[in-house]
Amino acid sequence: MTARNSAGDTDPMAGALFTYALRHGDDALILAQRLSEWASRAPEIEEDIALTNIALDLLGQARALLDYAGTLEGAGRDEDDLAYLRTEREFTNVHLVEQENGDFAHTIARQLFFSTYQLALYEELISSSDELLAGVAAKGVKEAAYHTDHATQWTIRLGDGTDESHRRMQAAVERLWPFTAELFEADDVDRALAEKGVAVDPSTLKLRWALSIAEVLSSATLTAPHSTWTSHGGRRGVHTEGFGYLLAEMQYLHRSYPDAKW
Amino acid sequence: MSAGEAGLPLWEVFVRGRRGLAHVHAGSLHASDAQMALRNARDVYTRRGEGVSIWVVPSAQITASTPDEKDPFFDPSADKVYRHPTFYNLPEEVRQM
Repeated sequence: MTARNSAGDTDPMAGALFTYALRHGDDALILAQRLSEWASRAPEIEEDIALTNIALDLLGQARALLDYAGTLEGAGRDEDDLAYLRTEREFTNVHLVEQENGDFAHTIARQLFFSTYQLALYEELISSSDELLAGVAAKGVKEAAYHTDHATQWTIRLGDGTDESHRRMQAAVERLWPFTAELFEADDVDRALAEKGVAVDPSTLKLRWALSIAEVLSSATLTAPHSTWTSHGGRRGVHTEGFGYLLAEMQYLHRSYPDAKW
Repeated sequence: MSAGEAGLPLWEVFVRGRRGLAHVHAGSLHASDAQMALRNARDVYTRRGEGVSIWVVPSAQITASTPDEKDPFFDPSADKVYRHPTFYNLPEEVRQM
């Protein structure tokens, strides 16, 4: 991809690609931010390191994708501008990644749902005709495989553990289930890019995701919920209540001290 | 809740570095079982590219010598200098001895 014009300006594909890179960069960035909230608060020091390791993997993916989005947009915004200077309505991540950490079981359920989806996504995106997306996917697929394994191991141990851990894990699965439908919604951006072999149509990932999740839940003696309500709107910049607080914390330093250096 | 309060068993971690010839003791950690210990070891001891292979061993399975046994165990070897390979030159190629 060489187009360097303003989003959606002369080359509509460049605009779509900007949107696509931004969406997936935002997913990774916001989940990294949520996971970072566990630093110094995880139930075990070993788990503290594991969760923040995962956060750093996701932050790395976010940086590559947001940097790429900035280049495609051609308006001079870099990864920091996109992460720290956009408002709530300009973020295009799915609702799942912005959900509060809750107890440890909620964090694990969120990780299980998202990592399983991201692993399937990256495995397909490796063969993207876009060199940068294929590169991010090739690096990210190993990380996502580990994140999925981490969440799977914990889901099984909590689900098939004590009465209390089972109850909490089942509650977490039920609470977060309605936020998974959005992962597989395709719109014009996805379809146009998928047709060109650039992107993955997320609706094609759903079956594989559902089979993997069903297997893990069954090993964990948990039951898949049958909720009818589903949450939507993240890709259009409509977010849930906790998101504004997340942004306030994430953006505070950069907005208070512009160009602050580490 | 700290690791101690959780009562999770302790594991000893051995890591083989990229160029190393043997697994070397890296430290210890708490985990519910061997699979989780392996994963925790990956995160705690190899996140800066230190290893290509990890062993975890339940600390309870290790039989250790005690400080009381120090004299009978180790002192008798102190005056037997002829056991050290110091009376001949090692070829340059033999780096790990």
